[in-house]
Amino acid sequence: MLVLTRKRNESIVVGDNIEITVVDIQGDQVRIGINAPKSVSIHRKEIYLEIQAENKKAADVKKVNLKDLLKNE
Amino acid sequence: MLLKTKHFGEINIDEKKIINFEDGIPGFENEKRFIVLYEGDDKSPFRWMQSIDNPDLAFAMVDPIMIVPDYDGEIPKEAVEKLEIEKPEDIMVLSIVVVREEVEKISMNLKAPIIINTKNNKGMQVILDTDRYSVRHYIVDELQRQEVKIGAGVDTEEKRVYSGRR
Repeated sequence: MLVLTRKRNESIVVGDNIEITVVDIQGDQVRIGINAPKSVSIHRKEIYLEIQAENKKAADVKKVNLKDLLKNE
Repeated sequence: MLLKTKHFGEINIDEKKIINFEDGIPGFENEKRFIVLYEGDDKSPFRWMQSIDNPDLAFAMVDPIMIVPDYDGEIPKEAVEKLEIEKPEDIMVLSIVVVREEVEKISMNLKAPIIINTKNNKGMQVILDTDRYSVRHYIVDELQRQEVKIGAGVDTEEKRVYSGRR
């Protein structure tokens, strides 16, 4: 992994059209601004991992009769 | 074409109904083509999303609006652009279901719905930028919540209490 040191308001440019700026630093929290084309998806990693895990669980489903799933309530 | 499915053996599908997921979905990035299958009763909120290229991969799905009528979230601009969405009417929204043995524990993912543009059959899983929804909503709970709302309309006293809480 490439590791760079940046101060507040300094940026990193990735490729032609992605700019990542350190907006603010408070203790152990860093606020990051990202300028990127709309076609690039940007997410907090933990949310992405959560969705990935949930999808894998969903794929593990045995045959169920969805039609009657809620009828035996 | 004939398609091998996880739960229904070999079935004949209309190739025009194949939905293309350019980036797959999280955890299944290499699965680019799916088809939505309805199992008999079209009043049921449930569907299957079967992979075209992997017979062993099928997701149970639910139409979230049929469970949570006020389900609402802004589709990210990235998705509108990628799927070339022109009109809201062209969109189909589905939530992936995790089926568990206990009915009460069957959940749907409202945080990251599958969005399909029915005009060009392009689809993707989006992440809604809101804290209102999580990846795990228990369907039975959500249905009961809806019933409470309906019941609340019957008695004006109750209705006032519930609307005050919202």
